[in-house]
Amino acid sequence: MNDASAPVSADATLGGASENRVWKKFRAHRSALLGGILVVFFILIAILAPILPIPDPAATDWGAVRKAPSAAHWMGTDEIGRDVLSRLVWGAQASLLAGVVSVGIALALGVPLGILAGYFGGWIDAVISRCTEALLAAPFLILAIALAAFLGPSLTNAMIAIGISATPIFIRLTRGQVLNVRSEDYVDSALAIGLPTPKILRRYILPNVLPPILVQATLTIATAIIAEASLSFLGLGQQAPAPSWGSMLNTAKNFLNQAPWMALWPGISIFLVVLGFNLLGDGLRDALDPREQ
Amino acid sequence: MLLFLMRRILIAVPTIILISIFVFALQKLLPGDPLLVLAGEERDPAVLELLREKYRLNDPIHVQYFTWITNALQGDLGISLRTNQPVTELMLQKLPVTLQLAAMSMIFALVIGVPAGILSAYRKGTLTDYVANVVALSGLSIPNFWLGIMLILLVSVKWQLLPASGYVPLSEDFGQSIRTMLMPSFVLGTALAATMMRHTRSAMLGVLSADYVRTARAKGLSERSVVLKHAFRNALTPIVTLTALLFGELVAGAVLTEQIFTIPGFGKMVVDAVFNRDYAVVQGIVLVTAVGFILMNLLADVLYFILNPRLRGQ
Repeated sequence: MNDASAPVSADATLGGASENRVWKKFRAHRSALLGGILVVFFILIAILAPILPIPDPAATDWGAVRKAPSAAHWMGTDEIGRDVLSRLVWGAQASLLAGVVSVGIALALGVPLGILAGYFGGWIDAVISRCTEALLAAPFLILAIALAAFLGPSLTNAMIAIGISATPIFIRLTRGQVLNVRSEDYVDSALAIGLPTPKILRRYILPNVLPPILVQATLTIATAIIAEASLSFLGLGQQAPAPSWGSMLNTAKNFLNQAPWMALWPGISIFLVVLGFNLLGDGLRDALDPREQ
Repeated sequence: MLLFLMRRILIAVPTIILISIFVFALQKLLPGDPLLVLAGEERDPAVLELLREKYRLNDPIHVQYFTWITNALQGDLGISLRTNQPVTELMLQKLPVTLQLAAMSMIFALVIGVPAGILSAYRKGTLTDYVANVVALSGLSIPNFWLGIMLILLVSVKWQLLPASGYVPLSEDFGQSIRTMLMPSFVLGTALAATMMRHTRSAMLGVLSADYVRTARAKGLSERSVVLKHAFRNALTPIVTLTALLFGELVAGAVLTEQIFTIPGFGKMVVDAVFNRDYAVVQGIVLVTAVGFILMNLLADVLYFILNPRLRGQ
């Protein structure tokens, strides 16, 4: 309020106030803040993995096979004596990378296609929409499994498979948003003054359709992390000896009786990071939702 | 009604055709020759050629597609390269197993998710609402295969209450069949319960502030009657549609659940097929689940139409 007298353009004031309000609402959303903290914590762990004072995640120690948590190995060791904590920390890289890259792929494919369908309509829309519906009909994980299987098992292919499987969600969302924005007066005005289409798309359509896409992207990162863990659990993601939470669980299930800690920590990690992204996404949705303002 | 149904079916047809093209292209476009598995260690070119002839892989691609889709429409999804059994026959064998898992999971999802959603909406903003939301979000964030592993650890290994794996057909021993399926369906059901709860809550929040609910209260009806008879009935439409739409999640969830509890259903079959490079089976399953999903969508639309009297006159 106190900056009302400041000599700034109406545009900037409005933009600033709206950003401020969103940020304020987000901060007031305690669970969203908790989500943010969880996400930042895991990102830090993933980035700092190389410099943290932990053993080599691939170093085997036949003298310490399936040892329970102790001072030397805080989270115990696995079936060939590798440090579980160290594998967990390095596994965070695979999980977060998979989440972010696959959603990146889905955004890179889905948003332009959604804009094309929504803005141009006609046969372009018909073709894109029918293909989207067809892809949406195949259950997400089944599609990802089939794609990962045909591409061959590796982390990169798992990310591609998850990315492609998540693409139709973004096409549909973007298309719907563009349809809403396209009928706004400012788009009509831009058209009337003869702005070229690419400029209209870049300056007027894209910025206005982004908020819900951002929310969906955050929530889809959560889904993608679970999907990567699922594919790795099935043996279709990260390959041994590189650590990943899903493949750690896959091995752990064979030693439930003898070494339950092997199954405990990777699961808790997946749960926490996915919860983090879900809380963050929910918080962003509430903060960006104009109806809640 | 008939017109509406016809229109929906007409829209579903191109989608199904497109899916069949995707599924077919999946195998054709990507590297790797499925016949190498069959050709044995030596990969004798003569044997490979013979196999190509047998599976008609030398035909032009569109001819291959039409042969495949014509056969698929007649219920012939090809032969499993691994077991030499028809894919359709294999699927029909596994179907009852997955159906039982799906049905029992749905019961868990409904029994937990719907009452929790109603309660949470009715007590919006209270501790109950908060706890229900936290539990639901946690349910959405727990990987269900991990929940399965943890339950096996506790319930089967530690307390020895329920079997950790296996499957007994319903017709063989009803009680034992239910017992073996209890844990897997709980694992799969809780994941769906979270989605169900969130949708029920938002549907209930929508109707609880409606005028007719206020009128019902003003008439002096009991809260129980207001919530269950007046509000819930109107919130039921989106919930019923959602139940049909959760089919996709159910099938995807079954893949992992069946893997953990070694249940010989659809999900386990697709994973085994993937590792055996048994492409005909993978294709068949993707096609059948996708068509199943479209049919469930159609059912959801029809249910929506039937449950919502306002649409009937149109």
